[in-house]
Amino acid sequence: MDSGETGRADQGGGGVMVFPADKPLQLDSGGRIDGLEVAYKTYGTLNADRSNAILICHALSLDQYAASSHPVTGRRAWWRTMVGPGLPMDPERHFIICSNVVGGCMGTTGPSSINPATGAAWGLAFPVITIADMVRAQAMLVETLGIERLFAVVGGSMGGMQVLQWAADYPQRLFAAVCIAAAARHSAQNIAFHEVGRQAIMADPDWRGGDYAAVGVRPEKGLAVARMAAHITYLSEPALHRKFGRELQSDGLSWGFDADFQVESYLRHQGASFVDRFDANSYLYITRAMDYFDLAAGRGGVLADVFRPARDVRFCVFSFTSDWLYPTVESRSIVRALNAAGARASFVEIDSDKGHDAFLLDEPVLLSALGGFMASAAQAAGLADQAAP
Amino acid sequence: MSGAAIAGRTIAREPIREDFKEILRLVKPGSRVLDIGCGEGALLELLQNENAVHGRGLEISAEGVSACLARGLAVVQGDADRDLDYFPALAFDYVILSQTLQAVLRPRHVLGELLRIADQAVVSLPNFGHWRLRLELLTKGRMPVTGVLPEPWWATPNIHLCTVRDFTAICDDLGLKIDACAALAAGKPARPMDPAREIENWRAEAALFLLSRRG
Repeated sequence: MDSGETGRADQGGGGVMVFPADKPLQLDSGGRIDGLEVAYKTYGTLNADRSNAILICHALSLDQYAASSHPVTGRRAWWRTMVGPGLPMDPERHFIICSNVVGGCMGTTGPSSINPATGAAWGLAFPVITIADMVRAQAMLVETLGIERLFAVVGGSMGGMQVLQWAADYPQRLFAAVCIAAAARHSAQNIAFHEVGRQAIMADPDWRGGDYAAVGVRPEKGLAVARMAAHITYLSEPALHRKFGRELQSDGLSWGFDADFQVESYLRHQGASFVDRFDANSYLYITRAMDYFDLAAGRGGVLADVFRPARDVRFCVFSFTSDWLYPTVESRSIVRALNAAGARASFVEIDSDKGHDAFLLDEPVLLSALGGFMASAAQAAGLADQAAP
Repeated sequence: MSGAAIAGRTIAREPIREDFKEILRLVKPGSRVLDIGCGEGALLELLQNENAVHGRGLEISAEGVSACLARGLAVVQGDADRDLDYFPALAFDYVILSQTLQAVLRPRHVLGELLRIADQAVVSLPNFGHWRLRLELLTKGRMPVTGVLPEPWWATPNIHLCTVRDFTAICDDLGLKIDACAALAAGKPARPMDPAREIENWRAEAALFLLSRRG
């Protein structure tokens, strides 16, 4: 059932899909979520044969507002460089869907949702979820929207992991897959950084064992520190240096522990603004899902075997030279597995000094390469000849 | 057709290079082709448009790969020395190595890999046995700089130059059969040649071979 919220044209459509109790979300952990709600946004119009749908998968700290301003912060759409008229994902040609992941905090069922059994927020009673669970919920949404096969599934970072999971779990239900700045499994270093973030949240006295909602507080300090640590991993040393160097906030040193350096002030701001729009428990659950991600595990450990059923999918993989969070070597191993599986894979390592976050920024080579890939995929899928809906 | 409309713009068609014409003649329509060192994808695009091949490319430069993607080609950024190992056996009908073998680090390894991953390989290379090169080396005593090999020794990407005779010898050594061979010269149509004839090792500026596994 769709709540039927339709925004202004430029703000897209969408709403919250509520799944009936007899359609629970089955989880990898063995549990399930009854009465799943999935909050989503759409941009553009589904064509008559329902063949022009693109699913955008969002990253850890993002949400369904890929192409419209954020309702909480008022900030501009997070993927405005990629989604829009004349861009690789174009509401004038495509029907673009972006849903908040399971475990999230922007309207999809997550630890801050109300547990029907108790009438209070789930907190840590919420089941641990995985990337595959997120994808399963997306597949339920897409199916309910009447789309048998997506033209493309596109995502960066954790979104890229979901793209790979889509190809592995639903190879018949996507035509093209675009995986940007991601990996087929979380490395020890990835897990380590996430653990720092989780420990920061859980060390905050206001976290209260995850039940902070019941007492009306929030572990803001812990979540802010988690965000600060993570934010460093999204940037590169040259990008930080170019932006801040050793520049001071004021004329001299404070000889204390105020934010003397501009980079400190910047990180504090990143942390403080993040807590306005993100839930601490969601952060725990989603980072856990990413840490558990290892696409080849449980399938003999051979990534090529995972992709073999998806060899008719057109893949495009991107990495960035200065991304040390999901470095090129990770994308390269995805591409080698795709080649070994006989899939139609393209891959570019884009020269950028902006670090992991480059996928969200204005990168002309990414734009033109992805544009070319999407255009040729559209032609192959028979979309190119169709007039705009 | 004077151009191909891809990605919403028309890509002007350059005049077809003579070696490309020969490759178009050798590659059977509808086959699976891997072009190693595909650059900006001119040959791949030609093969797709003219011979309706299922084309893939491998290219070392990000600029080249991006240009290929913009043309709608499926290309992976990588290098022939390291990345061929990851392709499964006989994944392609043809693998093309156009003027690239002399620039790889391990030509012998690459040559062996070509015919592991494909039924047949099209390999073209400059012939260091050409009379002009021999003469230049003999008379000037310096590394030849010619139209086919335009860079001075210290700037050339061609680190493993060989002659037609060297190449037939290594094919023998690796158990590779030469199914067809042509001499290439800039601006002239490819000329079929018998690589075993000594005179061809003097005459050919560059040579193109169609190879398969023996037996």
